[in-house]
Amino acid sequence: MIDPHLQHVPRLGRHPSRFRLAGTPVITVMLGSALTLLPIVAQSPVMPPFGLLLLLAWRLLRPELWRAWIGLPLGLFDDMMSGQPIGSAMFLWTVTLIGVDAFEHRLVWRSYRQDWLIACLAIIFCIIGGWFFARITGGGEIRLILVAPQMLWSVLLFPFVVRQCARIDRWRVMA
Amino acid sequence: MARPPSRRPGINRRAQYSLFASYVIAVAGAVASLLLVVVSIFDPTGFAGLRTVTTELTRPLSVGLKNMVSGVSSVDELLAAYWRAGSQNVSLRRQVETNRNRIIEARAIAQENARLKRLLKLVDEDQSDLLTARLISSSSGSARRFARLNAGRWQGVRPGMPVRAAEGLIGRVNSTTPNTAEVLLLTDTGNIVPVRRANDSVPAISTGAGDGSLEIRALSAGRNPFKPGDLLVTSGIGGIYQPNIPVAVVVRVQGEIAWGFPLANPSRTDAVVVERAFEEVVTRTDPVDAATEVAPANAMAAP
Repeated sequence: MIDPHLQHVPRLGRHPSRFRLAGTPVITVMLGSALTLLPIVAQSPVMPPFGLLLLLAWRLLRPELWRAWIGLPLGLFDDMMSGQPIGSAMFLWTVTLIGVDAFEHRLVWRSYRQDWLIACLAIIFCIIGGWFFARITGGGEIRLILVAPQMLWSVLLFPFVVRQCARIDRWRVMA
Repeated sequence: MARPPSRRPGINRRAQYSLFASYVIAVAGAVASLLLVVVSIFDPTGFAGLRTVTTELTRPLSVGLKNMVSGVSSVDELLAAYWRAGSQNVSLRRQVETNRNRIIEARAIAQENARLKRLLKLVDEDQSDLLTARLISSSSGSARRFARLNAGRWQGVRPGMPVRAAEGLIGRVNSTTPNTAEVLLLTDTGNIVPVRRANDSVPAISTGAGDGSLEIRALSAGRNPFKPGDLLVTSGIGGIYQPNIPVAVVVRVQGEIAWGFPLANPSRTDAVVVERAFEEVVTRTDPVDAATEVAPANAMAAP
């Protein structure tokens, strides 16, 4: 073999399994949500919401993959993993996906920068929403500045996540 | 790049209905989940049962990861210790010498104390410790500060029980599943702890700030009585925490508020102790317990 990457060329007449096609995105998002299982006892909200980043990456990479309701089951799983009240990510993620649909409908020109802009707005919306829900469900006086660093590096991390998602996607569609 | 082809499905009726139905489901689901959030405003731990499945399934994973990294978390402390090792050695040796005398004195006092207690026939049994367990993960992405404890309902952990480490208070149990429990950390913005200054009992209330520090407000009116360096311990008011558990040290004073730093760092402590709620310990005077306590006392007195 000359190039190791040539080992997995798509062959004519071969298709990846349905499970791989439909399951891979869902599983990656769930793994992103499950990163809170890492044995870190954080003193402040430091970890970017990887579940959300992966959800947005898949949505912007493959607009035809999911309908907006996918935010409900994936959000429920994220709520179970994060310390947010149940319903928080369910609501925010679904609203975000509907919003991305509406935004995409109006946009004439699309490129990498527009995708990042959409993701940026979505991340800010979800983190502020999560902050608000944590505040009203017994969190007391949480200052908004507390989640600002998390917001910043989630936005900065997004291009990296998209790149990894694209890599997984290439594997996903190749038989 | 031009935008991807429109999601509008053309004139295909079935595809149109399917798209419309997906939006109906999404909007209805979003409204329903908003209702779930509203319910948890009034009952924050109401849906904790939903988390049982995931936390029970993922517990072995977190425990395994925790076992792997338990040494790594203090690596920065180890490195920092090498810095200035020589001068630190000298000063520590001096400190040890001065402390030795104090330890001898303290031992004598402890002996005397035990003797006096025997004279007074005072039974001092501390039955507050329930079990020792480890914190295996936390809500690192959320604005709330929860940690997961590797012991739950089947081990006797109940919501409301205080959790402490050797250095000081960690928090209290918020909700439990069969084998894990969610601990509301001291630094959470929703965790309010009644404290007092260790040397003169000035009462205060400590609230978490969410970023690892504590906001301490004195209960007395007038000017702020705290100054940097003050040590705060639990006062025992409220019936959850035992009195005299170390809580925090004041680092900065800003008007009415004093900012404190917790003495126990949950990310550094290896194991934590779950205690029974203070009220439960002091008010255990139901007849069965009283009888069993009196009986051995009589048996001791008889011969």
